[in-house]
Amino acid sequence: MKLIFELGAEGRGLSLMPACDVPDFTLSEEREAPLHLPHVSENELTRHYTALCKRVHGVNDGFYPLGSCTMKYNPKIDEDMAALPGFTQLHPLQDVETVQGALEAYHVLGTELSEIFGMDAVTFQPAAGAHGEFTGVMLIKAYHVDRGDTARTKIIVPDSAHGTNPATAAMCGFQVVNIPSGSDGCVDLDALRAAVGPDTAGLMLTNPNTVGIFDKNILEITKIVHEAGGLCYYDGANLNAVMGVVRPGDMGFDCIHSNLHKTFATPHGGGGPGAGAVGCKDFLRKYMPGPLVVEKDGRFDFEYPEKSIGRVKMFYGNFGVVIKALTYVLSLGRQGIPDAAKCAVLNANYMMARLKTKFDMAYDEICMHEFVMSLVRLHDETGCSALDVAKGMLDFGLHPPTMYFPLIVHEALMVEPCETESKELMDEVCDIYLKLYDMAYENPQALHDAPLHTPVRRLDEVAAARSMVLRYQFA
Amino acid sequence: MGSYIPHTAEQREQMLALIGVKSLDDLYKSVPHDMLIGDKLALPDGMSELEVREKVTAMAEKNKVFKTVLRGAGAYRHFIPAVVKSITSREELVTCYTPYQAEISQGVLQGVFEFQTMICELTGMDVSNASHYDGATAAAETIPMCKDRKRTRAYVSATVNPQVIETMQTYCFASNTELIVVPARDGKTDAEALKQALGADAACFYLQQPNYYGLMEDAAALGEITHAAGAKFVMGVNPIACAVMKTPRECGADIVVADGQPLGLDTNFGGPYLGIMATTNAMTRKLPGRIVGETHDVDGERGYVLTLSAREQHIRREKASSNICSNQALCAFTAGVYMAAMGADGMKQCAKLCISKAHYFASELEKIGCRLKYDGEFFHEFVTEAGADCQKRILDALAAEGILGGQCVDGGILWCVTELVSRETLDRAVAIVKEVL
Repeated sequence: MKLIFELGAEGRGLSLMPACDVPDFTLSEEREAPLHLPHVSENELTRHYTALCKRVHGVNDGFYPLGSCTMKYNPKIDEDMAALPGFTQLHPLQDVETVQGALEAYHVLGTELSEIFGMDAVTFQPAAGAHGEFTGVMLIKAYHVDRGDTARTKIIVPDSAHGTNPATAAMCGFQVVNIPSGSDGCVDLDALRAAVGPDTAGLMLTNPNTVGIFDKNILEITKIVHEAGGLCYYDGANLNAVMGVVRPGDMGFDCIHSNLHKTFATPHGGGGPGAGAVGCKDFLRKYMPGPLVVEKDGRFDFEYPEKSIGRVKMFYGNFGVVIKALTYVLSLGRQGIPDAAKCAVLNANYMMARLKTKFDMAYDEICMHEFVMSLVRLHDETGCSALDVAKGMLDFGLHPPTMYFPLIVHEALMVEPCETESKELMDEVCDIYLKLYDMAYENPQALHDAPLHTPVRRLDEVAAARSMVLRYQFA
Repeated sequence: MGSYIPHTAEQREQMLALIGVKSLDDLYKSVPHDMLIGDKLALPDGMSELEVREKVTAMAEKNKVFKTVLRGAGAYRHFIPAVVKSITSREELVTCYTPYQAEISQGVLQGVFEFQTMICELTGMDVSNASHYDGATAAAETIPMCKDRKRTRAYVSATVNPQVIETMQTYCFASNTELIVVPARDGKTDAEALKQALGADAACFYLQQPNYYGLMEDAAALGEITHAAGAKFVMGVNPIACAVMKTPRECGADIVVADGQPLGLDTNFGGPYLGIMATTNAMTRKLPGRIVGETHDVDGERGYVLTLSAREQHIRREKASSNICSNQALCAFTAGVYMAAMGADGMKQCAKLCISKAHYFASELEKIGCRLKYDGEFFHEFVTEAGADCQKRILDALAAEGILGGQCVDGGILWCVTELVSRETLDRAVAIVKEVL
């Protein structure tokens, strides 16, 4: 397909700007470099992007079981609400008296998420999950620094963690201590006990963890860290399994981030914008990024926490995303939030039960919202890798599961169906997965060759990294 | 209550039976029983779609939307062509995930590749990433790109947007980096002070162009001073201004960042926006975040993939160049559509309208007795002197007429004029200000 720069003709364009109604003013020094931008008609422009949209797989195109990504259905009412001019047309620096409804939105969602998290305060400033992790770990850093306890230089991370966890700890100036997982995929308590000490700043943990299992020792884990003087950070990537059922605050965590673009149904936008709401217990509130929204006698205002770590971005957060999450949480409420979690777990266990008739499960026990299949045996016996099977799914119009994660499971396919998928659809999908399993034995070459029916076929990633063509070059 | 769960009661039973458990609660047996919250979850009851619509719309209606906005200071209301929202509200784009499965994600990948190209064109740089969170986080993340064993201190001009400086400070507190603010003189960076401040341990100097007060800095000269000290020169720019001003590359920048909000995004009470990051070929591998690259498929067809991922957290973990994972992909796509719709001529026209109208407004305000706080060339923002009382009188009077006046800054008002404000409206604003001076 052509790039937009390969379309149109010099002199063609849209008619958008009016004539100038004031005297012209020109900068004394202007750019000399030519500015190559597309020169297309509105029709060409629209057709180009429509063609691009046809080469995208969205949640509305079908099953999207990306493990750890929580690709649930994104309700349309959420989009409508976020598009209200009373929100979109607000300037972030308007006087607080003129944005009371916007602050109310922040306040209401903050209160509801505090309850779901089991925390005392919430900020929406972080723009994404990893940004929320950064904020949460900074709260831990500020807490230790404030107490003059500068010897706490290490953050403990299990080897099953998302890459963002160790990367975040390093960005916050900590040394990362990786601890191995037990054979059950959970935290190895002895390894944890051996790792903690007077240099422990904290632990970063996902629970349910990245293999889809709720760590039954969670209270013991957070106790070990607390007794060593460290704090516990909850990575909320998998909160969808437990929202409204069990609260991270009650598990012993001191702070948390939650990806609103996973658990709270806001769309992913091809990789953002998301939002990383961060919650904390009361003793960490004074370190939160400023400003926080507060309510006094029905009036909303901003407050800068006393010992704030400072801002983590401009203004107050990805407000448009927050409105979508607010609409979702208000819709589901007290009954709907835990029911969504339970059905997410139901769906994952249903698919696992159907698939384990052929596929090997990395951990064959009741899972939470996702499960991990290991295709090591299939690979050994047929030569078809997890990648081959995933690419085979593309020809059936299915988005594959997450591949090769977590790193502790070889030939991993991680399946997270989400609560919004029906039994009928999951049955169809399971049939296809099982058929692909058989194909691996009967006709492995067909899987090596897949996909055949996608807009492009398997792409050469090595060539991309080597040739480094990162922009179009104009003649 | 709202619910997006399709299961009938019968289906739930069938599924539980296949799994081999009796109830949904049995699926949570690994959770310590005391920890389960049960019916004590203190949330309001769920609502029907009709009720939710009413409740959230009521919140939106409590806000005041100004018909005219003369305030910028980091967020700018510009004209957004109809095609932009028409394209970027398509559900495939809105709902898809990060394009890990390239074969079914070419639309997003190509759109971002085109965005990267347009950012390179606008800034004059060689390489752009696929976006960062916003202009401030992008600015903060340039510092680790420049630091090495010997060069450990970062510098920022006092004329940079205070919220950007504050964000940089947070990131520097995180990485135990010293951030030094280079003082201003008459609203612009004090070149002498910069020369004095930069030592052998200087990693980078960050300059905003046009600066927080709207003034055009002598960027090329400041870049030379920075390079003479062996440090990297980082520029934060306004992307609309880039259409006409000397490009960051022409000023010697090693890295360019911007908040991309003016490129087709609503001010949206502060977000979502996008951070733009571009650099030289030499520094490509130090860029944080996603980058899209061109390649070919097994049949030789041209295609696009996420590339150079050996920099990133999912591969490198604690050794990654940043922890960033999700960026602002849809916002970057939007900026691409905006630039494609505007074209070079439209972008330049827009920039010229901004400059011309801002200068007209400034001169009309001067005619009624306002004084410009700083001399020197400016883009679409400028500061008039005003004490606290005067600020309030002016802004209240304008607000009463549906005009959001400028941003209060120390001893003055920082005004912003974009192409959206007609001469007639500017004249009316001047008349209102005149009444209360």
